[in-house]
Amino acid sequence: MPKVTYIESNGTEHQVEVPIGLSVMRGAVNNGVPGIDADCGGECACATCHVYVDPEWLDRIGRPEPGSMEESMLSFAAAAESNSRLSCQITMCEALDGLIVRMPEGQH
Amino acid sequence: MDTHIDYDPREDAYSKPLDKFDVSDPKLYQDDVWYPYFERLRREAPVHWCRESVYGPYWSVSKYKDIMQVEVNHQTYSSELGGIAVEDQPKGLERESFIRMDPPKHDEQRKVVSPIVAPANLAEMEATIRERTIRVLEGLPKNEPFDWVERVSIELTTMMLATLFDYPWEERRQLTYWSDVAICNVRAPESPVHSEQEKFDELKKMAERMAELYNARAKQPPKFDLLSMLAHGQATQDMPLREFMGNLTLLIVGGNDTTRNSMTGGLWALSQHPQEYQKLRDDPALVATLVPEIIRYVTPVIHMRRTATQDAELGGQHIRAGDKVVMWYVSGNRDPEAIDDPDNFIIDRPRPRQHLSFGFGIHRCVGNRLAELQLRILWEELLPRHPAIEVLAAPRRTYSNFIHGMRSMPVRIPA
Repeated sequence: MPKVTYIESNGTEHQVEVPIGLSVMRGAVNNGVPGIDADCGGECACATCHVYVDPEWLDRIGRPEPGSMEESMLSFAAAAESNSRLSCQITMCEALDGLIVRMPEGQH
Repeated sequence: MDTHIDYDPREDAYSKPLDKFDVSDPKLYQDDVWYPYFERLRREAPVHWCRESVYGPYWSVSKYKDIMQVEVNHQTYSSELGGIAVEDQPKGLERESFIRMDPPKHDEQRKVVSPIVAPANLAEMEATIRERTIRVLEGLPKNEPFDWVERVSIELTTMMLATLFDYPWEERRQLTYWSDVAICNVRAPESPVHSEQEKFDELKKMAERMAELYNARAKQPPKFDLLSMLAHGQATQDMPLREFMGNLTLLIVGGNDTTRNSMTGGLWALSQHPQEYQKLRDDPALVATLVPEIIRYVTPVIHMRRTATQDAELGGQHIRAGDKVVMWYVSGNRDPEAIDDPDNFIIDRPRPRQHLSFGFGIHRCVGNRLAELQLRILWEELLPRHPAIEVLAAPRRTYSNFIHGMRSMPVRIPA
């Protein structure tokens, strides 16, 4: 099963197996990884599952579609960067085995 | 409660023909009898057309998933065309603000103020909030009745507002007054103003006082308070008067009233669920999940309204361009298909933040984490000082279909 490394803002790392087809958000929530709130439950409607994608992985993950809800929601997230994504919009697949994401200081 | 209820709401809700349903009646919320009406709507007419009301015809959306659909489709369901309340603001007296705008203007203005509630700033505010909370709680009388709303909820949230605006401290109760003016239903006898014109005139006075501060801050280097941010923000400089009034009202109401009512409603809910109150005393770490559960259970904003920009399908109904669409958050938060055992107040729910009280999508409450922070600190500091508070009577509620307000609630702290 592919693995994802989630790194909290204080540096704590969590390596978790995430089944193919599940979102990176769900992988964190189901395994009790702190730092991803996911208030809306994966509807791309709250921006509280904000992560920074490790630069090495950015090409494979891609950026939000221009004009998409994800882009819009991210634009309201505090401290969004060019490698910001909503983790509910990243679906796990074989090619993402080893993915590294970092969490912001807080979700709101 | 203000009035004695001389009918059985459940019987009324299930005997009344559905085409006579009008859940915009503020009395339903003042008397706290709305539950069975929405239960029936969710079961039998989840997207319901009310042909006639004081506010004209409107759709009621009562199920969680349908509300979510409206929330995320802001292109179809506009906040700008007709505003955000089932009651239209009177022609010529409309007060625009970013909550009543669609992109792109909404986005530009929201981004001016949102940094004030960014995580780093909240962390900075925490010590101040805690110190004030402790001071207020330690000043409460023992063994004598007092009004929790006045002494705790209003006091704490007004201090917060004064800080957010860097408003003159001694004048801070003025902010609470304007907040009450802004949200009041002018038809209610207890309202501070009794006509829309009077409301406009009072809010204009607010704008004038704020403009003095705003103008002074525009000349000073930018600092981290709402007035300075508005004065220096490109999208919020040179706002016309009504827009200035609207945005200030939005920030004042959003910045205090909802939290005020959660501070009252939370204590009320715990007093009605003594086993949960005991669970909390036994394990104060449950404050973390108590807080979002309070916000769900209280649902401080009763509804938000949108206007359809085009024809659309929603919950099997055909919505026409121009129709008023009302999302009843109170109902979505009690939808058993989305939330287990929703009518129960359960302080250790597994996913407590999955509720509609903050809205979703681009208009989601910008201050949601600040609200949670204030409530968390209140309960963290309350439990060790006053572990048992007796609520002496049910809260008196506000005559409003928009703000789920509690005007007073007598309590006593045992000596």
